[in-house]
Amino acid sequence: MMAVTIRLQREDFDAASEAAALTRGRTDIGAVVSFIGICRGDEAGEPIAALTLEHYPEMAEAEIRRHVEEAQRRWRLLGVTVIHRYGRLTPGDNIVLVVTAASHRPDAFAAAEFLMDYLKTRAPFWKQVERPDGKSWVDAKANDDAAAERWSAAGARAGRRGA
Amino acid sequence: MTMKIRYFAWVRERLGKTDEEIELPPGIATVADLMAWLAKRGEEYAHAFENPRVIRAAIDRSHVKPDARIDAAKEIAFFPPMTGG
Repeated sequence: MMAVTIRLQREDFDAASEAAALTRGRTDIGAVVSFIGICRGDEAGEPIAALTLEHYPEMAEAEIRRHVEEAQRRWRLLGVTVIHRYGRLTPGDNIVLVVTAASHRPDAFAAAEFLMDYLKTRAPFWKQVERPDGKSWVDAKANDDAAAERWSAAGARAGRRGA
Repeated sequence: MTMKIRYFAWVRERLGKTDEEIELPPGIATVADLMAWLAKRGEEYAHAFENPRVIRAAIDRSHVKPDARIDAAKEIAFFPPMTGG
């Protein structure tokens, strides 16, 4: 059974309880990977006071769901939870949580990394930073695009796992 | 044909609006056509769409390329490259 939870929310999340919720009452899960993205106190080498995340709610949910489905096609997964926050966050705050559950660790690790790489470049969220001298939008990073791109190549080569 | 257009991040800021309903003139077939047409609607539009190559688009909540046809679209969104996660 594959449990999928996707939430976009202003509130904080608790990574440990989200991971526990995925495994509760199950004995088929042997590996859980949690990734937590956290607001840093600097952006492009300059200190920041806060980060505001804007999003396109209806599309963000649909886009994340499409990528979770793609992850399910590529790896043997038993559960996925994705939580992405929006609104104003300050350094040290949680931004995003990806939890993947599988029987064995390679599927859980790979799916978590795949989902994060795609979230960074395809999920409709935009970061604006606040500095003492004003606000500015964060530029997309070329290495994030490259990180997402390598999965297209890998997917074409490996195809569906077990196939 | 009327369609809803939504704007996000600095595209929204430059236009000073989050969305609008637009009556599309004939001859606007693709996302790229629509951006070129929008850019001529006034100073703020010219500013927002001055470099259409950096603007991304979605039709009915899916990413599309500039050559995507817009005839069946209900909602089109324009925004900068994404920086979530």
